Amino acid sequence: MASHQIGPMKNDYYVKPVSRALDADGGVCQVTPGSASGYYETPMRRIFRRFLHHRLAVIGGCIVIALLFMAFSANLISPHDPLSLDTQRRFIPPFKDFSFILGTDEMGRDILSRLFHGGRISLVVGIAAMFATIVTGLAVGLMSGFYGGRVDNLLMRFTDTMLCFPQVFLLLVLAAFVTPTVISIALIIGLTSWMEVARIIRSQIQYIKEQDFVQAAFALGASETRIMFRELLPNAVAPVMVSATLNVANAVLMESYISFLGYGIQPPLASWGNMLTNAQSYFDLAPWLAILPGVMITLTVMSFNFLGDGLRDALDPRLRM
Amino acid sequence: MTEALLEVKDLLKYFPIRRGLFSREVARVHAVDGVGLRVMKGETMGLVGESGCGKTTAGKTILKLIEPTGGTIRYAGEDITGLSRRRMKHFRREMQIIFQDPFSSLNPRQTVGAIIAAPLEIHRLAAESEKEDRIAHLLRQVGLPAASMRRYPHEFSGGQRQRIGIARALAVGPRLIVGDEPVSALDVSIQAQILNLLEDLQEVLELTYIMIAHDLSVIRHIADTIAVMYLGKIVETAPNRELYLNPLHPYTAALLAAVPVPDPNLKRRRMVLKGDVPSPVQPPSGCRFHPRCPRRFAPCDTEEPVFKTVAPEHFVACHLY
Amino acid sequence: MFHFVVKRFLQAIPLMIGVSIIGFSMMHLAPGGPLAVYTLNPTITAQDIERIKHVFGLDQPVYVQYLKWAYGMLTGNWGNTFFGGRPVLEVILERIPATFLLMGSGMSLAMIIGMIIGILGAVKRYSVFDYLATTGAMIALSFPTFWFGLMTIFVFSLKLGWLPSGGMYTLGGEENLIDLLTHLALPTLVLALVLVAQWSRYTRSSFLEVIHQDYIRTARSKGLGGGRILFRHAFPNALAPLVALAGIQLPWLFSGALITETIFGWPGMGRLFVDALTMKEYPILMGMVMITAVAVIIGNLMADVINALIDPRIRLE
Repeated sequence: MASHQIGPMKNDYYVKPVSRALDADGGVCQVTPGSASGYYETPMRRIFRRFLHHRLAVIGGCIVIALLFMAFSANLISPHDPLSLDTQRRFIPPFKDFSFILGTDEMGRDILSRLFHGGRISLVVGIAAMFATIVTGLAVGLMSGFYGGRVDNLLMRFTDTMLCFPQVFLLLVLAAFVTPTVISIALIIGLTSWMEVARIIRSQIQYIKEQDFVQAAFALGASETRIMFRELLPNAVAPVMVSATLNVANAVLMESYISFLGYGIQPPLASWGNMLTNAQSYFDLAPWLAILPGVMITLTVMSFNFLGDGLRDALDPRLRM
Repeated sequence: MTEALLEVKDLLKYFPIRRGLFSREVARVHAVDGVGLRVMKGETMGLVGESGCGKTTAGKTILKLIEPTGGTIRYAGEDITGLSRRRMKHFRREMQIIFQDPFSSLNPRQTVGAIIAAPLEIHRLAAESEKEDRIAHLLRQVGLPAASMRRYPHEFSGGQRQRIGIARALAVGPRLIVGDEPVSALDVSIQAQILNLLEDLQEVLELTYIMIAHDLSVIRHIADTIAVMYLGKIVETAPNRELYLNPLHPYTAALLAAVPVPDPNLKRRRMVLKGDVPSPVQPPSGCRFHPRCPRRFAPCDTEEPVFKTVAPEHFVACHLY
Repeated sequence: MFHFVVKRFLQAIPLMIGVSIIGFSMMHLAPGGPLAVYTLNPTITAQDIERIKHVFGLDQPVYVQYLKWAYGMLTGNWGNTFFGGRPVLEVILERIPATFLLMGSGMSLAMIIGMIIGILGAVKRYSVFDYLATTGAMIALSFPTFWFGLMTIFVFSLKLGWLPSGGMYTLGGEENLIDLLTHLALPTLVLALVLVAQWSRYTRSSFLEVIHQDYIRTARSKGLGGGRILFRHAFPNALAPLVALAGIQLPWLFSGALITETIFGWPGMGRLFVDALTMKEYPILMGMVMITAVAVIIGNLMADVINALIDPRIRLE
């Protein structure tokens, strides 16, 4: 979540509330419709309902699902092999030729197919990186929050140190060191993005640890591992879900940056980032080469961002669990 | 003389306050400053005092949920003060705790069955096949239907949740239970129910209780012996009736005088204490109570009074005696 | 106050040490080691590499190398470039002004526009403007910076011809201020996009917190006008998290500058970094990673000090 997102945003309601009421300190809050009718609402249902109120989040969610479907079935839905080139048919503009509906690139490859396959790669990297980030961030945050004291101090110092490095700089240096495969790119993105997650988890764990039910577990003689995995983690799920979504957005963005610069996914394997690498040189000849992949990246990142933001609002810190 | 089930001597718990560049300890909170108790098997010891006097900290420290800074704790003759977490596990089956807040004392993500099963699993008290029966038995014992085990804590009222907490504590078969203001957060009518339940359980299961409370009417109802705490120290200990008939320490007298009596015709002398409770960081010199004591005289501000026997089973720490 | 500054300063030192350790480890973790450009070259014999290693002091134990390298960093001896043998520090320093110019103008533009949008959004919460601004911010955060750069070049340079598409000055032309500004315009815009989005969100959020406080209500009930309340009462109190934001944004500012410079051919540190990457010039790479990290540490330190100056609660903590 490093570069484009910063921390939790409070009061970020960009959807008009259904009805307004004054809450205790005079602020405006949302009245939950239906709560007076006597129907009991479990926390899950409440979260879901709040989520559905954010139209943009729902749209984002639908687009995400569509993108995942696209990534999954790229082979099935691509009209052509993304690698097949034919210098006879270079630079066909979009909508001119219906068998190459979005046109062809400088090597005569079908852009639509490359977009699908490139999307698969970009999304796979994004999601894999997200897992790496979450696992690392959870590990650090859990240790820090649970043990406190010296361990916390040390880990937080380390986290602070890592936060001093601009992510793109770090990524490029690391990318130059490793052979750029999907896994290795995902890993280095993961290893440079975990810091925010660790911070969030740490503070959540610190809060939960003070709850009586955790004290009760200690009083019962539960082992530390049991407490961490049975009592603490399950109650920290909410911020993890939000983080995960926003992390995919950031990871896709990062992958596009380093692939664009040539250090990420290597051609001929397509990713949205490396489809843009040479686009600048063909600007006057074939502007669609530059426009289309970028639109896809923006659309993807935007959807994940909206989804994550909607989740965050639905899971509202006031609920806390 | 029969041996006490629990014997606490000179229990200390200080919390450091750290300031400055290297987090040096600049002051301490004297939360528990020399507490001594003897609790006999089968008896209910009531621990009373105002908010902030350290009674909750004392209760948790006795159970080793908080590590004592000094003093000794002997359970059934064995010194458990310095035991490691591993060695304490055995004693965790003997001593349990019930918490004040029914809403944070149960893990919202676990079913009631899982919550009660936890102690059984931790101490391997029941085989897989027996677990459900044991849980059902425990639930019935606290007055809840066995079907509750499949539901989640949020589906229950405060009083019912306290019952679940009690069932959890009983699961390990303890001999001593510390109740940290177990009824303070409940409605008055429910308070009576829970107190009666606790009394019944005490009789059936031969339990020993330490009941921490600030509500004297509750303590009057349930306690055999009462210990009064002020600013981290026990100022008076006496059997129930004796304390009410003959309060020796001026603080005890003031506490009792503050309990409202629903008889408008009864004229009582108002004994309003001057000033506020001092900070436990810098307790007053000599007798802790001297700044507010209406019967203060010469030695009170320089010498700390010794805790001594004044009448059979009646101990006070006050220069008046 | 002084106590606070000293404490903060001392806290920054372990951070600098940590940063240097990580930087140093990265260099040595590279496959082929710091001399990859030589070791991976098949025409250089193993004996030559041994000799080169000895010259560069790479045959000594790791911690000795670290101490020597750290000492070199502190005294300004950052080694020489592999090709051309120029002092690395000099090479980097000559690129810094261009980058700082870009970063400075990007940040300033972002702050001004972002804060205005944020304040307006907070004051007129839930209005159409607010909705558009918040959604717009979310969308702006989703643009890949380099792609946005490409698009602006496409629109403003190729199609409309209003602004130049790259470089800092027009080649062969006179290097006056106007020329600089036209060249600076697009890169600044591109760099500022993401920053504006963050500033507007943070400002809005911070102002909303402050506006609902009781002391604002008191001021209003005293009859004070909206503008006065805004600037004398709300603004100073909303400032603290914003100053912190400036500090937090620094790493991103560098990252964004790198990408923007690559697209626009802006002759700054970012471009140097990418070039060094191609040539595997590790001394340059390491030097720049260290400079950016140290700049971030110093920037955050300054942000904290400024915050302590304007908000007395912080320095009493």
